[in-house]
Amino acid sequence: MAIQPQEQPLRSEPSIDRRRPLATPTVSRHRFAWRPDQHWEAYLFLLPSLAGFLLFVLIPVLGSLLLSFGELKLSGAFQLVGIGNYRELWRDPVFWRAVQNTAYFMVAIVPLQLIFGLLLALALNQPLRGKLAYRVIYFMPVVTTIVAGAIVFQYLLNRDFGPISQIFWSLGLKPPNFLSDPSWQKPSVVLLTLWKNTGFTMVIYLAALQGVPQELYDAAEVDGASAWQRFRNVTVPLISPTTFFLFVLQMIGAFQLFTEAYVMTRGSGGAPAQATLTVVYYIYQNAFAFNRMGKASAIAWFLFLFIFIFTFIQTRMQRRWVYYEVN
Amino acid sequence: MATLALPRPVAQRNYLWLHGLLLVGSIVMLTPFAFMLLVSFWPKNAFMAHRYPLDQFTIQNYFEVFRQTPFGRYYLNSIIVSVSIVLLQLLTSSLAAFAFARLRFRGREVLFLLYLATLMIPFQVTMIPNYILVARFLQWRDTYQALILPTSFSAFSTFLLRQYFKGIPLEMDEAARMDGAGSFRIWWQIILPLSGAVLATLAIFNFQAAWNDFLWPLVITNKESMRTIPIGLASFQGQFSTEWHLLMAGSVIALVPVLIIYILGQNWFVRGITLSGMGGR
Repeated sequence: MAIQPQEQPLRSEPSIDRRRPLATPTVSRHRFAWRPDQHWEAYLFLLPSLAGFLLFVLIPVLGSLLLSFGELKLSGAFQLVGIGNYRELWRDPVFWRAVQNTAYFMVAIVPLQLIFGLLLALALNQPLRGKLAYRVIYFMPVVTTIVAGAIVFQYLLNRDFGPISQIFWSLGLKPPNFLSDPSWQKPSVVLLTLWKNTGFTMVIYLAALQGVPQELYDAAEVDGASAWQRFRNVTVPLISPTTFFLFVLQMIGAFQLFTEAYVMTRGSGGAPAQATLTVVYYIYQNAFAFNRMGKASAIAWFLFLFIFIFTFIQTRMQRRWVYYEVN
Repeated sequence: MATLALPRPVAQRNYLWLHGLLLVGSIVMLTPFAFMLLVSFWPKNAFMAHRYPLDQFTIQNYFEVFRQTPFGRYYLNSIIVSVSIVLLQLLTSSLAAFAFARLRFRGREVLFLLYLATLMIPFQVTMIPNYILVARFLQWRDTYQALILPTSFSAFSTFLLRQYFKGIPLEMDEAARMDGAGSFRIWWQIILPLSGAVLATLAIFNFQAAWNDFLWPLVITNKESMRTIPIGLASFQGQFSTEWHLLMAGSVIALVPVLIIYILGQNWFVRGITLSGMGGR
């Protein structure tokens, strides 16, 4: 059941209406559209933004690159060390541990978040009574300060009196030590992140679902397509740009995971746990605890490289499997 | 065909199982909030004895939190910082977006590409040089300008506003110019009033991001009096890590105003997230 993008009369009509008759001359164009004094005027408009960008983005980017090839002493003296920081990272087991942990979080969080978000959006896209209330509830954690969320999850998962452990005890089971057992710390952070972010993917998916034209479903139904076939052949291809977009966004977001791990594991044992040391956490530690600004910058450039390559590959792959509407 | 396109009569009975699933999900989502409230009203460590003292109830914890920590000050800081960031971002981005969308000047395409390229740079790359610049060179640690300025310039807002401004017919500018208006007046009296919805949306999205920002305020503030709410709450947690009744009361204090604003204006929130999240599509 192939869907032809051209078969969308309702979509294309407005653009025909707006089309200007070719004969009408655009009177003003050559007289008013461009004047030389717009040059300095435009620069004035750009000035505040450009100044801010130079000071807080462009110069820092160059500074960071330079910094990654050296080390800043406590005295303020800067010493070039060439690729020393990068070579150190290559051999640093803690760094690779952080990369590994971050990869775990990406693999665990992103697919679950997309699936839960899509399922919720599909449910709320039905003509349900009270769906506004559901949307309010599912979206509530998104506006919640992550620190407050982490505090509550620490309580919920506490081994001695946390409600989740209580359920284990009442079933006659020994609850795991969610917050200090290394094999349970990661799932605990995943749980917090899912609770916090699923409402976000839900809302974006909901907007995408509402953009799917009803005629396509009606046509599919007339052709005898089952509910699953309609989902598989109408919904999935039409929302694939959103899936792609959310996937890239969430992968990059998961790679930058910091606050969740920082708040959840700092409280339970002082120093960060090995199991929840993420790449950004390691940047933070090196820069502000170990006073290794140069090494921290090198890690930050590794992060940038990941995001760059990822965005690039995804933009390439996108052409193969993402369906875009032809307007 | 026409009848098929109409919404079918809604029989809620058919959706009973769906309501069931959504209700279970809602309970899961609300459980953390429920326990936050419950524990915040319990007397000190009443829950330690493996039971839930539902008959005991006190509001002392809230007074205690305010005695121990300047939450009022955290609030003030968060409001000053977030509102300033939002206003500055809207101002600088809409000015730049106006130039990119409506004016012609040498280097326009190159500059715009440069703006787009900075979208890909993660904050962690610029954070360390920014810290050196702000804390060491400018000696701005523990100041409002340190909390506000580095995040007040948004390539994303500029990009989004430029796309929107491009959709406004150019004839409007030309008519205004014929009547003698300058570019500044066109920006202020024609373009901005026509962009109310997108500006409001950006404002809400950026406010939320600024309000919940953690990493930058964490590294750039030391003094208690300069902390924002997330940092204040995290340091409160560091101090009282086992005093759950106080931690929960603190969390409630940090959350309630935000949640009230969210529930009152939740359509705006959702629209803001959708528009910004979809990359302006």
